[in-house]
Amino acid sequence: MKELMKGNEAIAAGAIHAGVKCFFGYPITPQTELAAYMAKHLPKSGGVFLQAESEVSAINMVYGASSAGFRAMTSSSSPGVSLKQEGISFLAAADLPCVIVNVMRGGPGLGGIQPSQADYFQAVKGGGHGDYRLIVLAPGNVAEMAEMTVKAFDLADKWRIPVMILTDGVLGQMMETVDMDSLPERKYYDKEWAVTGRSGRAHKNIVKTLHLDAEELEKIVLEREEKYRRIECEEADAEEYRADDADIIVTAYGITSRIAKAAVDRARESGVRVGVVRPKTLYPFPSEFYNKGYKKILCVEMSTGQMVEDVKLAVKCGVPVEFYGRTGGMIPGEDEIYERIMMMAKEDAK
Amino acid sequence: MNTIYEKPRSLSDVNFHYCPGCGHGVVHRLICEVIDELNINDKTIAVVPVGCAVMSYDYFECDAVESAHGRAPAVATGIKRCMPDKVVFSYQGDGDLAAIGTAETIHAAARGEAITVIFVNNTIYGMTGGQMAPTSLPGQVTQTTPCGRDPYTQGYPLKMCEILSQVQGVSYIERCAIDTVPHINAAKKAIKKAFLNQIENGGYSFIELLCSCPTNWKMTPKQAKERIGSEMCEYYPLGVFVDKIGE
Ligand SMILES: Cc1ncc(C[n+]2csc(CCOP(=O)(O)OP(=O)(O)O)c2C)c(N)n1
Repeated sequence: MKELMKGNEAIAAGAIHAGVKCFFGYPITPQTELAAYMAKHLPKSGGVFLQAESEVSAINMVYGASSAGFRAMTSSSSPGVSLKQEGISFLAAADLPCVIVNVMRGGPGLGGIQPSQADYFQAVKGGGHGDYRLIVLAPGNVAEMAEMTVKAFDLADKWRIPVMILTDGVLGQMMETVDMDSLPERKYYDKEWAVTGRSGRAHKNIVKTLHLDAEELEKIVLEREEKYRRIECEEADAEEYRADDADIIVTAYGITSRIAKAAVDRARESGVRVGVVRPKTLYPFPSEFYNKGYKKILCVEMSTGQMVEDVKLAVKCGVPVEFYGRTGGMIPGEDEIYERIMMMAKEDAK
Repeated sequence: MNTIYEKPRSLSDVNFHYCPGCGHGVVHRLICEVIDELNINDKTIAVVPVGCAVMSYDYFECDAVESAHGRAPAVATGIKRCMPDKVVFSYQGDGDLAAIGTAETIHAAARGEAITVIFVNNTIYGMTGGQMAPTSLPGQVTQTTPCGRDPYTQGYPLKMCEILSQVQGVSYIERCAIDTVPHINAAKKAIKKAFLNQIENGGYSFIELLCSCPTNWKMTPKQAKERIGSEMCEYYPLGVFVDKIGE
């Protein structure tokens, strides 16, 4: 059945489709519709919706529910996600699966409520304390928000890792149709590690993050690093748009990638061989998608330049990488990106 | 031959790291005796704190989750909401429960979560080496109150049983002590009642236990026990604060 829904609602609907047992949240714009959808629909499917007293509490409720082996989720926007960071570090350290949504708004501080992509570093480079990673997914349209949420739960269970859906206020608020019948079936994973009460089990299960012996802690952290390397090999993903014969690549994720596509279409009409690489996973970063003989790359973000660092790492500085960004809730216009592309093309022609 | 003393089955047969005269060991034992007597080991989940009891996941012979500092009631909420037929208790010190985790404590109570909260009040931060706790008494000397806690600049101690009594969601609150045999017996009775309240009525219970920390109080275990009965019981009166069980 096709439904017209907001991006935030699509994430919630996707989560229910994926069998989420509980949602713990705290109100914040521009993610509010997600919690509202959950409050209305999750109890009907036998799940638990609970409005926590803070984001700190919400993420720790997720920690509890996930410890018990259930699919659990929380969502927030930038300031709230900052508050969750301690809990996220604990989830990563305990190898607990869960899904965390950040519908980014302008920062730092209270910032504003307009869309942003300025939490990229926080999501992709750590955020909380310690050596850890999250899998970070970046949907590009409303249908994909539902679809990627199902995938997020599967990846979380498969790798025993917290997965973040990193999106923005535009995608969260905009309405598009979603075909709920075409969503992928959820997968099932054994959770013999879960804390469920022993119920006859010979050994007790313990979920913990404390390892006072430094040698032991190093070993555990390194094993987790090993897992991250495997995730990097297996899960990196991106969409290529008109990139086959491109000299110039515009790269952007989330809503920015859609504006980039429109600018690229126009530049194509002006005879420029330009395409788009849109990362669908931000961690692992889809580095190999940038090494296909392109001459120049333009990275566009709603930030002062965060993902651009990963793009530069991806091409090992072998290709010039330029950056164009708007921040604070401003959205880069199609014209602005088009002009940038044309400038880069002109420099080439010289 | 009659067995007159043995370790409860729910208490692990390992060496504990607690100092001589510490209250945690006593409270662990009481909880485990109750778990054994109610025969609920198979369906009990301990949510342990950050504090001296952090490693109690190794001491309770049931499934256990270690939570971030102060977040045990939120973690317990997440577990219990997923598995309402299991028995979930949080075990927390005063810094954990009444300072960094005050919000989680009060709101779990307000929601009347069907959990049992075991609150070990030793009026000090044990694990970090004896700093002022939210429950440190006026005048109490700690590492961070070298001249004694001055309520004028360092605040007054929080009386958690009294505070939580104002919260409608709670169903049973009692303060006990572990300084004398009669007090320990009363404490066990309260803990049992709290677990039963969870199992039979789905009620929220809060049991505060006045405990000793001889190491950080810089006292002998005997002096520490005496301090519980004198100074602590005076400031934190023992008794039942709320009992709505059966209402
Ligand atoms: C977020 C955070 N802040 C501070 C600490 C350091 N810390 C560990 S235990 C503790 C206090 C424990 O005191 P209490 O809760 O009274 O328990 P006790 O050790 O006395 O049993 C503190 C401050 C921490 N681990 N995490």
